[in-house]
Amino acid sequence: MIEFSNVSKSFGSVQALNQLNLQISQGKIIGLFGPNGAGKSTTMKMIAGLNQPDSGNVLVDGKKPRQNRARIAYLPEIDHLYGWWTLQQAADFTRSFYADWDDTKYQEMLKFLNLDGEMKLGKISKGQRAKCKLLLTVSRRAPYLLMDEPLSGIDILTREEIINTLIHDFQEGEQTIIISTHEIDEVESLVDEVYFIDQGRIVVSGAAEELRMEKGLSLVEIMKEAFRHAQQ
Amino acid sequence: MLDYDKSRAIYKQIIEAFQKQLVRGELSRGDKIPSQREYALQARVNPNTVQRAYQELERMGMVETVRGQGTFIQADEAMIGEIRQKMADSILDHFLEEISSLGYMDNEIEEILNRRRKENKEAKPND
Repeated sequence: MIEFSNVSKSFGSVQALNQLNLQISQGKIIGLFGPNGAGKSTTMKMIAGLNQPDSGNVLVDGKKPRQNRARIAYLPEIDHLYGWWTLQQAADFTRSFYADWDDTKYQEMLKFLNLDGEMKLGKISKGQRAKCKLLLTVSRRAPYLLMDEPLSGIDILTREEIINTLIHDFQEGEQTIIISTHEIDEVESLVDEVYFIDQGRIVVSGAAEELRMEKGLSLVEIMKEAFRHAQQ
Repeated sequence: MLDYDKSRAIYKQIIEAFQKQLVRGELSRGDKIPSQREYALQARVNPNTVQRAYQELERMGMVETVRGQGTFIQADEAMIGEIRQKMADSILDHFLEEISSLGYMDNEIEEILNRRRKENKEAKPND
């Protein structure tokens, strides 16, 4: 379980998180939705232990995120891979860092994603690079998988491959995947629970199916409604 | 491939999809349905959602999971008949609501229904 209790964080004069409260249970796929600048990335980085709150507490399974580094696989939005590496070199590098690397899984997913270990990361398309990043992240058997805008700027076919990979791979009950995106439509059928963030606060949250039944609206429509209210 | 309405619970639509297949005779007692993971991949839906649907189907007695073998249709003729009637009732309720909102009175409904059925038959006599 991931818990945020009254977490606030500012960067200079910009307040990124404002008394944020969250309780994310294990074994589900969570959607973190909101407009650009809402605080999604800051939240993700905090769970990964890359950021500290100014006030309030963040706990992952009862411990501070930094103590849980090994259990969290974080796929950031920006490219953290060196262009002159081949995919295999990047895999070797990642594997040297983490004890939970599963090489059988890596080989299986390499084929599933139609990738090649000899691909030079700097020379492949954006979509292929997104798949490589995904591959490196899922090849670790980490109980928490954080994906920051995994579909951003990616062509439709590659997006489908990425989503298929997540479905194929997801270990219900054991693994927790948190996806932040502003493309809610793409992941509408994928998420168990959702958190809508605006200006550093949660404006709507709940189980996706329950929200649909309660409001008779899709998640996209629920978000639009939430933001219309927030702006008033 | 499941073509679902995003403003309604997905697990319910999965259940309805199986019910439709049963009522149409596309699935019968003893038939094997895809595993939860297979279904999730085909429908491109969260495996947790599929699990919820399958659990409900099992609770309703429509399917049965045999360890190591898979999930099989358990519904008998009586149950399929019940499902068929419930689905029909739902369609009829919707129809009656819509048609009366157009101003048609109860005593006109049978007449306009028969008229239209006749017109459709004449337009496509081989159907």
